[in-house]
Amino acid sequence: MSEERDGGDRPHSAPPGGSSGGSFEDRLGAARRKQGLEPPRQGEDGASPIPSLSPSQGNAMGVGLRVGVELVSALAVAVAIGWYLDGWLGTRPFLLMLFVVLGGAAGVANVWRLVGPPKPPRR
Amino acid sequence: MAAEGQAIDALGQFKLAPALGIVGNAVNFTQANLFMLVAGALTIGLLYFGARPRAIVPGRLQALAELSYEGILKMCTDQIGPEGRAFFPFVFTLFFFVLMGNLLGMMPYAFTYTSHIAVTFALAAFVIVLVTVVALRIHGLHFFSYFFPDGAPKLLAPLIIPVEVISYLSRPVSLSIRLFANMVAGHVMLKVFATFVVMLAGAGTVGVIASAAPLALNVALIGFEFLVAFLQAYVFAILTCIYLHDAVHLH
Repeated sequence: MSEERDGGDRPHSAPPGGSSGGSFEDRLGAARRKQGLEPPRQGEDGASPIPSLSPSQGNAMGVGLRVGVELVSALAVAVAIGWYLDGWLGTRPFLLMLFVVLGGAAGVANVWRLVGPPKPPRR
Repeated sequence: MAAEGQAIDALGQFKLAPALGIVGNAVNFTQANLFMLVAGALTIGLLYFGARPRAIVPGRLQALAELSYEGILKMCTDQIGPEGRAFFPFVFTLFFFVLMGNLLGMMPYAFTYTSHIAVTFALAAFVIVLVTVVALRIHGLHFFSYFFPDGAPKLLAPLIIPVEVISYLSRPVSLSIRLFANMVAGHVMLKVFATFVVMLAGAGTVGVIASAAPLALNVALIGFEFLVAFLQAYVFAILTCIYLHDAVHLH
């Protein structure tokens, strides 16, 4: 239930300079392949639908829990903001309704950041 | 959670109680505070007694201390970049506070302070405030461009900016809930199956034999929980590093 790793956040976390020859995951993967612990990588561009969640990144349940936490926390924050703003501005149901939608979108954005393709390097 | 008269008290283990007798009672010093102090003392002790031999070929304790030091330092520099050295003390402290909390919770009679959302959220809030302050310090007001990726159509700004702000604010929530939920779930499972052992053993000869099943499950769960203890401390520390990376490099 808890083997979630940091997998999804990696893509946009590699140091831009890349001074030490790739991230730790890359070098670990290379070392593991050399020792025959993992099947060789098929296709360097990652043909799988969720490239950042490779098989070594924990099981499906861990990923599922991770995704659930991301979705729910974004929604919870948005509901809190909407509720507070409603109380402040006296527009009781409307801002809450708006922020529930925005919170759902933010949750999906979080999940996309987790499972989506790595960001292209900027500039 | 009741099973005809006997109740499985799975959540009682998370209840705070005053520690250290009458002095602790007077100042509301709970067992959570006590184990936080124990965790701090263990971490300092590990580093002090680990570093003391100063052997060229390290012994076991020195190797442990050096491995932990170099491992976290490497995590900082790998994730954040060369600037990561500045945040090494913070990440090291955070990692060991969480790790010791998780591991101490695995000892009998100990209390898992990381199973309280108040504790984990305080840690996560500290992280997010630090990240924001660092970003503002380095990038000034340019930091706010973080909430609007360049290249996105200007027309969508009223939609993207709230979503990005909510996404940013949800970081401490997901960070704290992940650690807290993992610790609570693990300890509840252990307690439930341990209670099954006792209840079955009290139900005659067949029950005594059947109670071997939850006992075996608990043995496996203990090993699993040690894994989770390390993994969650690692995840907490590396997510802190990733957020710090975002703060230092913006995007």
